[in-house]
Amino acid sequence: MSEKTLKHKEVIVIQDILGSNKKIAAEIRSKLEARGILTVNVMSSPGAGKTALLEKIADRLKSGYRMAVIEGDIETERDAERIRAKGVPAWQITTGGACHLEAKMVAKILPELPKELDFLFIENVGNLVCPAGYELGERLRCVLLSAPEGDDKPKKYPKAFTTSDCLILTKADLIPYLHYDQEKVKKEALELNPRLKVFVTSAVTGQGLDELVDFFIASLRRPPHA
Amino acid sequence: MHELSIIASLFEILLQKAGEQKALKITGVKLNVGKLSGVMPEALETAFEFYKKGTIAETAELEIEEMPLKVLCQDCGLEALKDSYIFVCPACGSTNLKIRQGTELFLEKIELEIE
Repeated sequence: MSEKTLKHKEVIVIQDILGSNKKIAAEIRSKLEARGILTVNVMSSPGAGKTALLEKIADRLKSGYRMAVIEGDIETERDAERIRAKGVPAWQITTGGACHLEAKMVAKILPELPKELDFLFIENVGNLVCPAGYELGERLRCVLLSAPEGDDKPKKYPKAFTTSDCLILTKADLIPYLHYDQEKVKKEALELNPRLKVFVTSAVTGQGLDELVDFFIASLRRPPHA
Repeated sequence: MHELSIIASLFEILLQKAGEQKALKITGVKLNVGKLSGVMPEALETAFEFYKKGTIAETAELEIEEMPLKVLCQDCGLEALKDSYIFVCPACGSTNLKIRQGTELFLEKIELEIE
C-alpha cells in the first residue's frame, strides 16, 4: 500500500472575484462607445418607477434620437412589452431568480441591437443592493428612489448611491401625501457621493423629465440624428 | 442576496488555480471583503458551505478579512479610515475624495494539498 504524502502549499492569488464580469463589461463598454452609443444602467428597488420613466424618456427622445432598452426581470416579458408599445425596440432578460443583471447577459443581446443607435438603457432587476456590484458596460449609472420608499434610504443602501452618476428622485407628485423630506434625501445622497447629479421627477406631472432628457442628450457627445 | 453567484464566480477561480497547481485538495480560502463591497460576509460563508460540497474544496475553511473603508483626500493628501459613509475629508472638509480601500471583493490566497 502506497500512501502518498501530500504537501501543503499556499498560493497568493489577489484576484477580483467579479473580475470576469468586469472584463466582459469593459468589452461591452468599448464596443458601445466605439459606436457612439450612450449606455445607461438604471437601478432601483422594485416599483420605484424605472419602466414608467423609460416610457416618458422614449416619448421625449423619439423625434430626434434612436433608443433601445434591455429589460431585466426575474420573470415575465411585461416591461419589454410596455417599452415596445412606445415604438422602441426592447429585449427582455429573465434571470429566472437572479437578483441582478450580469455583463454576460447583456453581451448576448449586443449582436441583436439596431445598427444605428444613440441610447441604450438597461433597466436592471428591481433591487437596491445586488445590481450595484455588477458593471454592465454602461457609461452612466442612474439610481432611482421614489418618494414613497422614504427619505432614509441612501445611507441604508450606500453602494447603489456611491457607484452611481445620477440620482433620479421619482414620484415627486406624491410628496404632499407623505412624511418625506426631500432635502434630507438629497443631503444624505450627496454626503455618500458628492458627484451625484440629482433630478427630481414625476412621470405623472412630467416634472423634471425635460431636464433629465436634456442631460442624457448632452452626455451623448454628438448631435441628433437628422 | 447575490452571494451565491459570487461564490460561483469564486469557485471558477478556485478550480482553475487548483488545476494549474495540480492540487488534490483545497484546504483553505481567504477573501478580502470591503465594507462597501455590498456583500455580507455571513451570507458568503453560508453560500460557501453550500457550494463546496462534492468539490475538491469540500473540507476547505473560509477565512474572510473585512476591509475598512479608506479614503485619500485629493486636495490635502490626507489618507483616512472612515467608519461612516460621509465622504468629507476630516482635515480640510473637501469632498474630492478617492476611495483607496473598502470596495474590494478579492480572493487573497488559497491553501492547497499537492502530491
